[in-house]
Amino acid sequence: MAELKYALYTGCTARESTPELLMSTMAVAKKLGIELVLLDEASCCGASHLQDFDDFLSLVLNARNICYAEKRNLPMLTICNTCQLNTVMTKERLDSDEDLKSQVNEKLAEVGLEYKGTSSVRHFLYAIIDDYGLDKLAEKVERPLSDFNVAAFYGCHNIRPSHLHNKQNAVNEDSSKENPYNPSSLDRLIEALQGKSVDYESKNKCCGFHADLQAPKTANRLTGTALLDAIDNDADMMVTPCPLCHLNMDVKQHAAAKEMGRDIELPVLHLPQLIGLALGIDPEELGLKHNVAEVNFV
Amino acid sequence: MSTKRITKKLTFKTFRFNAETDFLPYFKLYEMEVGKDELILDILNRIKWEFDGSFSYRRSCRHGICGSCSIKVNGKPVLSCKQNVWELVELFDTDTLLLEPQSRKRVVKDMIIDKKDFWDKHRAIKPWLEAEIDEHPEEEIRVSPKEADELLEADYCIQCGNCYYACPAVEVNPEFFGPAQFAKAYRFNADVRDRAKIDRLETVREMGPGVWDCVKCFECAEACPKDVDPIGKITKLHNQLFEEHMAQDNVATRHAVGFKHSIKKHGLLDEGELVRYSEGNIGVMKHIPEAIAMFKKGKIVMPWNMPKSKNLDEIQTLIKSSSKVKF
Repeated sequence: MAELKYALYTGCTARESTPELLMSTMAVAKKLGIELVLLDEASCCGASHLQDFDDFLSLVLNARNICYAEKRNLPMLTICNTCQLNTVMTKERLDSDEDLKSQVNEKLAEVGLEYKGTSSVRHFLYAIIDDYGLDKLAEKVERPLSDFNVAAFYGCHNIRPSHLHNKQNAVNEDSSKENPYNPSSLDRLIEALQGKSVDYESKNKCCGFHADLQAPKTANRLTGTALLDAIDNDADMMVTPCPLCHLNMDVKQHAAAKEMGRDIELPVLHLPQLIGLALGIDPEELGLKHNVAEVNFV
Repeated sequence: MSTKRITKKLTFKTFRFNAETDFLPYFKLYEMEVGKDELILDILNRIKWEFDGSFSYRRSCRHGICGSCSIKVNGKPVLSCKQNVWELVELFDTDTLLLEPQSRKRVVKDMIIDKKDFWDKHRAIKPWLEAEIDEHPEEEIRVSPKEADELLEADYCIQCGNCYYACPAVEVNPEFFGPAQFAKAYRFNADVRDRAKIDRLETVREMGPGVWDCVKCFECAEACPKDVDPIGKITKLHNQLFEEHMAQDNVATRHAVGFKHSIKKHGLLDEGELVRYSEGNIGVMKHIPEAIAMFKKGKIVMPWNMPKSKNLDEIQTLIKSSSKVKF
C-alpha cells in the first residue's frame, strides 16, 4: 500500500480550546504511519457564521485554504465536522459553476493563487476507515476496548446533507456511504477497537453548538438530551469526530445537566483519543488531561 | 419465460393511536409481499384495505404535489407517494420497516397529526405576494428568466412539513418559526413583484422565533422531498438582513460579523475574543464559570499567545478585495 499523506487543516478549535484533538491526531497518525503536513497558511472556515454575513468572502477564503493543499499535491484532511462541511460546500459550488470559480479565482490571483479543484477533502474518520482500513486498524489494537460501552456521536456536519458527503467521500467504489438516519461508520470503528457500540436514538442528532450564544437553552437541551440518552443506554463514554460537538458535550456538560435537571457525568473523547487509547498510546500524548469531564477509566 | 412477479416479504411495524379513545400508543405488525415498484403510500393503502379499515392517514393527489401523505419510516421523513419501499429496505438493510407519524407528540390518529402550529407560523410570514396591482392592467407584470431564477428551489415547497417536524429547534423552542416557513419567506422576498420584503425581514430577525435560533443541523435539507434546501434559504435570509441593513446589533449578528474581524486579525478565529465581542463586556460575564473550568484544563489561549495563520497578509488582502457586505 502506498504511504498515506495528507495536508492537515486543523481548523481553529484544535489550535485553541481543544489542544487535545491536535495532539491525539498527530500521535495516532505517527503510530499508524500516516504522514501529516500542517496547512499553516489556512484561515478559519467561517463555521457557517461568516457565510451568514458575507457568503462570497467565505467562498474566497475557503478556496484559498484548498489551494494550499493543491499546491502540495495532497488531499486535504480535516479534523472538524464543520470545517469539513464548509470546505466541501465551497468545493462543490466551485467545481460545479465555472462562472463562480472564475470570480473567486480573480480574487485569488491577487495573492498569486488559483483554485483548481484537484485536491479531495477528507475527514479523519473516513480517512481511517476508507483509506487506512478498519481491518488494518484492528490488527494494531494493543489495548482492546472490550470492557467499554462507547456511544458514537456523529455530529451533523459529517452526515448531512448526505448527497454532498457521499459524493465527496466516494474516492473509490468501496468508500463508506453513510445513511444519515442510521449512520454506521463510527460504530464500525468502535467495534474494530473491540469496544461495544451503544445503540441509542441521539447518535445522529444535533448538539446545538451553532446556537450556543444566541439560544443557550436550545443548545443545552439538545446537548443534555443526547448525553442522557447515551447514559440511559449504558454508555461508559461518548466519542465524537467533531471538536464543536465535543465542546458542548464536554465543556458544557455541567450547563446541560442543569438545564435537564439531572446529574450528568460522562467522559467524552475525541475520535483520535479513543483510537489512541486502543493503540496503546500514552494518555499524556493524547492530551487526556485537557478533557473537562474526567476520563476516569484510564 | 417466467412472468412470476418478484416480491419481498416485509413486515411493517406500524404506530397506532387514537387520541380520543386510547390510553397509550401501540404498534401493530403487518406482513406482506411487496413488489419493487410499490411506494410507501401503496403500503398505507394496503394496511387499510387488506388488514384494518380503521387505520388512518392523510392522502390526496398521489403525485407528490399536495404534501399531505408525509410520514416517517425508520426515522426518515418521507413523502409516501414518492418513496419506493425497496429503496428503504436497501438503505436500512432490513426487512422490517417502522411506520410512524411525522410527530408523535402531535398525533390525532395513527399517521394523522395536528398541523396547527405549522400553519399558524406559515401564515405569520405572509406566504403570498404583496403587490399593488391595477384591477384593469394595460399590460402584464413581466418577470425575466434571470429574476425568476432568484427564487432558487424555494418555489417547489409543498408544505408537507417534513423539514418542520425534523427540526430540533422547533421541538425545543416552540416559538421558532421553522425551516419551511423561512424557505417560504425567502421565496416571496426574492420575488421582484413583491413589496413586503422589509416586513418579512422584521419578522424573521426576531430573536427566539427568527432565523438566528437555527442550530444549522441540516435536518431540513435532508428531510425535504423536493430538494428545497431550507437551510440554504435561511442563510439567504441572514444575508438579506445584512444587505438591507436590517440586522440589529445583537449577540447573533455580532457573532456572525465577529468571524470577519477575527480572521482579519489572526487568520484563525480568536475564540475568546469572539465570545467577548458577541456578548459585549457585560454579557460575557455569564461565561466566566465555564472559562475558569477551561482555563484549569489548559483550554484557553491567552491573547499574547494567539496563533496566527502563515501568510496573513494574503488573507487581509482578500478580505479587503472580496468583502461584499458591511455592518
